[in-house]
Amino acid sequence: MDLSTTYLGLKLAHPLMAGASPLVDDLGMVKRLEDAGASAIVMHSLFEEQITREQEGTILDMELHAESNAEALSYFPTPDEFRLGPEKYLEQIMRLKAAVSVPVIASLNGTTPAGWLHHGKLMEQAGADALELNTYYLATDPAETAAAVEKRTLDIVRAVKSEVKIPVAVKLSPFFSSLAHFAVELEAAGADGLVLFNRFFQPDIDVEALEATPSLQLSSSADLLLRLRWLAILHGHVKGGLAVTGGVHTGLDALKAVMAGASAVQMVSALLLHGPERLAQTRAELTEWLEEHEYDSLQQALGSMSLQKCPNPQAFTRANYMRILNGWKP
Amino acid sequence: MSPRVMKTLDGNEATASVAHRLSEVIAIYPITPSSNMGEWADEWSSQGKVNIWKTIPSVIEMQSEGGAAGAVHGALQAGSLTTTFTASQGLLLMIPNMYKIAGELTPFCMHVSARTLATHALSIFGDHSDVMSCRMTGFAMLSSDSVQQAHDFAAIAHAATLRARVPFLHFFDGFRTSHEVAKIEILNDEDLRQMVPDELVATFRKSALTPDHPMIRGTAQNPDTFFQAREACTPYYAAAPALVQQEMDRFAKLTGRQYRLYEYFGHPEAERVIVAMGSGCDVTHEYVEHALQQGEKVGVLKVRLYRPFAIPEFVRALPASVKKLAVLDRCKEPGAPADPMHLDVLAALRQGREEGHTTLDPVVVGGRYGLSSKEFTPAMVKAVYDNLAQDRPKNHFTVGIVDDISHSSLTYDPAFDVEPKDVTRALFYGLGADGTVGANKNSIKIIAEETPNYGQGYFVYDSKKSGAITISHLRFGPRPIRSAYLVTKANFIACHQTSFLDKYEMLETAVPGATFLLNTPYGPDAVWDTLPVEVQSAIVEKQLKFYVIDAYEVAKNTGMGVRINTIMQTCFFAISGVLPREEAIEQIKKAIKKTYGKKGDAIVQKNFVAVDETLAHLHEVKVPAAVSATRKRPPMVADEAPDFVKRVTAVMMEGKGDLLPVSAFPVDGTWPVGTTKWEKRNIALEIPEWDAGICIQCNKCAMACPHAAIRAKVYDPAELAGAPGTFKAVDYKGPEYKGQKYTIQVAPEDCTGCSLCVAICPAKDKSNPKHKAIDMVPQAPLREPEAANYKFFLDLPEADRTTVKLDVKGSQFLEPLFEYSGACSGCGETPYLKLLTQLFGDRTLIANATGCSSIYGGNLPTTPYTVNKDGRGPAWANSLFEDNAEFGLGLRLSVDKHQEFALELLHRLAPSLGDDLVSGLATADQATEAGIKTQRERVAALRQKLAGLADPEARILNDLADYLVDKSVWVVGGDGWAYDIGYGGLDHVLASGRNVNVLVLDTEVYSNTGGQASKSTPMGAGAKFAMAGKTLPKKDLGMIAMTYGGIYVAKVAFGSRDAQTVKAFLEAESYPGPSLIIAYSHCIAHGYDLALGAEQQKLAVDSGHWPLFRFDPRRTEKGENPLQLDSGTPKVSLGQYVRNETRYRMIEQAHPEAFKQLLETSQHEITSRYSVYEQLAKLTMPGK
Repeated sequence: MDLSTTYLGLKLAHPLMAGASPLVDDLGMVKRLEDAGASAIVMHSLFEEQITREQEGTILDMELHAESNAEALSYFPTPDEFRLGPEKYLEQIMRLKAAVSVPVIASLNGTTPAGWLHHGKLMEQAGADALELNTYYLATDPAETAAAVEKRTLDIVRAVKSEVKIPVAVKLSPFFSSLAHFAVELEAAGADGLVLFNRFFQPDIDVEALEATPSLQLSSSADLLLRLRWLAILHGHVKGGLAVTGGVHTGLDALKAVMAGASAVQMVSALLLHGPERLAQTRAELTEWLEEHEYDSLQQALGSMSLQKCPNPQAFTRANYMRILNGWKP
Repeated sequence: MSPRVMKTLDGNEATASVAHRLSEVIAIYPITPSSNMGEWADEWSSQGKVNIWKTIPSVIEMQSEGGAAGAVHGALQAGSLTTTFTASQGLLLMIPNMYKIAGELTPFCMHVSARTLATHALSIFGDHSDVMSCRMTGFAMLSSDSVQQAHDFAAIAHAATLRARVPFLHFFDGFRTSHEVAKIEILNDEDLRQMVPDELVATFRKSALTPDHPMIRGTAQNPDTFFQAREACTPYYAAAPALVQQEMDRFAKLTGRQYRLYEYFGHPEAERVIVAMGSGCDVTHEYVEHALQQGEKVGVLKVRLYRPFAIPEFVRALPASVKKLAVLDRCKEPGAPADPMHLDVLAALRQGREEGHTTLDPVVVGGRYGLSSKEFTPAMVKAVYDNLAQDRPKNHFTVGIVDDISHSSLTYDPAFDVEPKDVTRALFYGLGADGTVGANKNSIKIIAEETPNYGQGYFVYDSKKSGAITISHLRFGPRPIRSAYLVTKANFIACHQTSFLDKYEMLETAVPGATFLLNTPYGPDAVWDTLPVEVQSAIVEKQLKFYVIDAYEVAKNTGMGVRINTIMQTCFFAISGVLPREEAIEQIKKAIKKTYGKKGDAIVQKNFVAVDETLAHLHEVKVPAAVSATRKRPPMVADEAPDFVKRVTAVMMEGKGDLLPVSAFPVDGTWPVGTTKWEKRNIALEIPEWDAGICIQCNKCAMACPHAAIRAKVYDPAELAGAPGTFKAVDYKGPEYKGQKYTIQVAPEDCTGCSLCVAICPAKDKSNPKHKAIDMVPQAPLREPEAANYKFFLDLPEADRTTVKLDVKGSQFLEPLFEYSGACSGCGETPYLKLLTQLFGDRTLIANATGCSSIYGGNLPTTPYTVNKDGRGPAWANSLFEDNAEFGLGLRLSVDKHQEFALELLHRLAPSLGDDLVSGLATADQATEAGIKTQRERVAALRQKLAGLADPEARILNDLADYLVDKSVWVVGGDGWAYDIGYGGLDHVLASGRNVNVLVLDTEVYSNTGGQASKSTPMGAGAKFAMAGKTLPKKDLGMIAMTYGGIYVAKVAFGSRDAQTVKAFLEAESYPGPSLIIAYSHCIAHGYDLALGAEQQKLAVDSGHWPLFRFDPRRTEKGENPLQLDSGTPKVSLGQYVRNETRYRMIEQAHPEAFKQLLETSQHEITSRYSVYEQLAKLTMPGK
């Protein structure tokens, strides 16, 4: 079965790839992912403010008490080389590139245009085949308008695109008031693809300690539904590739994503839960289904259930909501 | 040959740069002020820097200077070019090996930043008492005057020792030279190769011990031969001076700098000559230059080679015209006919005449100056020459002090100065934390390296570790600067902290027309009215140019936090005119890029923005024609302070201790206790505020406070009569003090604002959990009302010690007898000491090893150990670093002897005293506070009876009667002491069976000397001498001690389980044999915000890095396992704990792969160790 697909201009044997996660920190694990057939490797995000804070924090920790006391002009050795920048990340790109033959997509999460540009360029130089810009951003400031949030993201995409030659995908959150419009704007700004969606880190509440506790739940197939809807809506409106991330655990999940419009399918939770081999299994299931149903290729299914092609498009829209509400009986 | 570069660096770096390049093995131990030399060497070797033979010197940190000297001796014997760096007591510890090294005629050069020896007090500062103690070792001694000379003489000494075979001690003045930053010419490798050619090294290597050509050294000799064999080395000493001169001449050919063994400068027909050694020579030289212009016939003879003392060269260096000599010694040899160099000169002249080298017979007087870095200025030099001009010059004089007891001192005019007019002199008053010193070092580099000017920087630091003031003394001028003394006439003064204006008379030093820069929140129009009378007067009278900036506002707006260094530095360049403004700004930015470039672009950018923002916020103030202020600078101490505090302590606090005469001081170093309470430092910007409504009355805040600045009391409601209006009190919640009132009170002027108490507070507002029972709020508005409340609080009655339940909560109702120390804000050590004094303080003797705890425990002007209302409190003393366990044992032996003798006397006098009283006293159960109270009452009764007895033994018993009340002896120190330098003694004392309690404040690093690795440093942590992360696990001191079986051992971490900490202290103290408590102490050397100290302690325990346990031998007797594990199986990964700390993170950042390995190994090691503890705790023990 021909599962081949094109994502961000990269010709891939099939759409299933390892999404951004700590799995790629370990070279051995990355090898296993390649062995399991991952068509590309997406690295976890390099956070710009993490670098900045690390720089500032380390320097403050080291310097705050220095030169204050006659007996101790400093409290730490001064290494010849400080590696408080993105060096570690860049080295990992190089290591991955050397270790695997599939494309490596670097991921960057930044807050300032300067940071994006600088680090994006460095990632390209380190050998990344494409960039995934992660716009993980919580608009908590009541004074900030939706337009301002969108504008900043668009500015960043334009800036990065003007600096790097490799394709750039934008990983979005579902929380935009007019996502379809924004998606088109992003493409106009130069985005080569969109990744749906970021899974927000959602703190829990410890009622005993009266504290918010960090928590990150792994996804389940239920998380896929939101993505299917938006893939379906966006497919056909944007020329670039759409990728799904969050909720693909089985071959059937992957198939649905492709049918809704995804050219690429990123898997994380399923791999964390079941190991890299899950990817091979998913691919087998996908192949099996397509063969059973006598498809010629995966391309035949791509976008077949998008809003534009789906026989009952109202299912993705407001009508579905009304129908389900009305159908609910206590 | 590549051209030599000019660089600005300090004397330590200048020396180490040569020593490292001329050595193969370097064995050191950190000691102020020499530590940096070893650190530089280690840093360079870690970075792969090679010596002139293109191999990287091996650097090893030893457990003590004694150990370093042993390693040096061995390395030399095996044929390696070896060096070491040390000072003071460290040098004394090397003396035994120095005799050996010299006796074996071993080429070797060591470098010493000469420092005061501890006598009546310790001092980290500079004089020659340490090097003078080495006169008899057989070492040659070569002295440098300045940073350039320290660099040059290092090369000369390394070369000379190889030629002479006599080992060299090269020294320079601690701090004055070791820490002075100056512009010097750097010798390049080719210079060093010329000085130390390979054939010299080859000759040295031939004497190496090797089994391939074996020989034996270190034999034992007997009366028949030792004497003659000892005399065999004499020709080498006779030849040495000429060889040193030969190297000096060789050096002159290379560099153009000609040095002589004894170097005369002055009038060719001088009649009055000063003989001096060290940085004092430069000061004298500067005065002589001035005096020559006045036509005075004076001169100075600078002693470079002090040993061997070359009499012919010395006497010939004197001008034939000399009539009177003054020999200056920077040390004191009590009881000697004269101080050391004075005696040498007398002997040299006498012998010189007898041997025909000279006919000179001048009057020779001697004097002391500059002990413990006491200032030595041209004014004092003038006083010495003036003395010589007298018909009968004063002999054995002192200069620089007022000796109103023995009347030794020469009077001098402090206003006299000879500083060249073309030298810019600037003073900067900053806070340690604001980065002032670092910025000034940068400024000197900018000016000295980017312009033809020479620069000099010297930095005076506070004795406190929190809220510490730094004073930077900078000079810039067209010629090398010889002014080796503080700036006393400044044309630029910057005050980086507004509050300093109320404490220090900083404008006293301003010359007329000078510039004054003030960092203040008030703008140019408002600032004038905020200044006290004294400051306004100085500005008006001296017609100062006055500028203001709100640097903290600029720092806040540009993301610089509390670091105002870049901003203030920009201001300095903008208004001082030492460089054109634009050029200066470009240079500042270049320096920023150089400092932070490799650490991160974000920091560089922020600093750039700060520089750019500064000029817009810098304003000149239009100075009114007259003083308008009525507010005077507040008095240093409160009016109710004791007389001694007002007369002596307050003067020292004001920075004017130099003015105190000899008569002001105790003769033997004995000082009154409890003086920190008079020093209201007001260093916290925010302090905790108590919300009684939310408080659950757990007292954890008081337990965690490092400075005893938040306290709890429970008291009768009637006591509230007369309370200030804002005083807070609530009903006590528990059953034990039903009906009583409860208060948590902050000491607003003593709090350092660390916020540990807030972090540890478990009580949150249910509707707004961000708000806790204590929150940090701005100090200024609360200062006055809370100070009044605190005063009222202190006068409330203390809890009844006999009924307080001794748990965490109860312990905090006991009065702390350790308060407001100068420890770092958020210190992890002091909460343990405070607890110790709360539990046992009124009957405790403390032996304190040198280190942080001896500095915040005993560094003047004020000290934190205090007394209760009965006048009882901890008796504290610091002996040395290495001997503390033994010192503490000595205290125990003495106390036990007193008690034993008192009991004997009691029984002998029983017929007169009555059997009831005697048996009551002799068999008293003193295990509880009630028992102690009763015993004290019996002692009082005994005293009454003794007063009526005529028996002389009654007098003796009266003197010893207090010892019938049990005393608690505590031996306190850090891990550097317990794990390293003092370990041998500690082991012996723990094995002695005597009732001493050892408290190890374990920061896992040498904190006081600045972060050197100890054997307690954990695997993976970075520290000096473990730059790539320590590769071996932390020594398990607790496990070692447990193997004895009869030692009480506990490992505690108050931030993790405070209840276990309290329990361990009580058990350790009650155990009648030796006890050891190892206390986790978070520290600034770990690299994180110490407000999170308790949180980090929890992680240390939860990760298994710091298992909590108590090992009580008393349980064995009951057939129980002595070991109780108080913390559970590790539940978080080691990574979660260590990654919060810079000491680990920096290693991960620099060497990610290696760190991963270290972390994995360490995780495994910790898991295994916990398992061992767990299994040991489960063993069943046979009962007796």
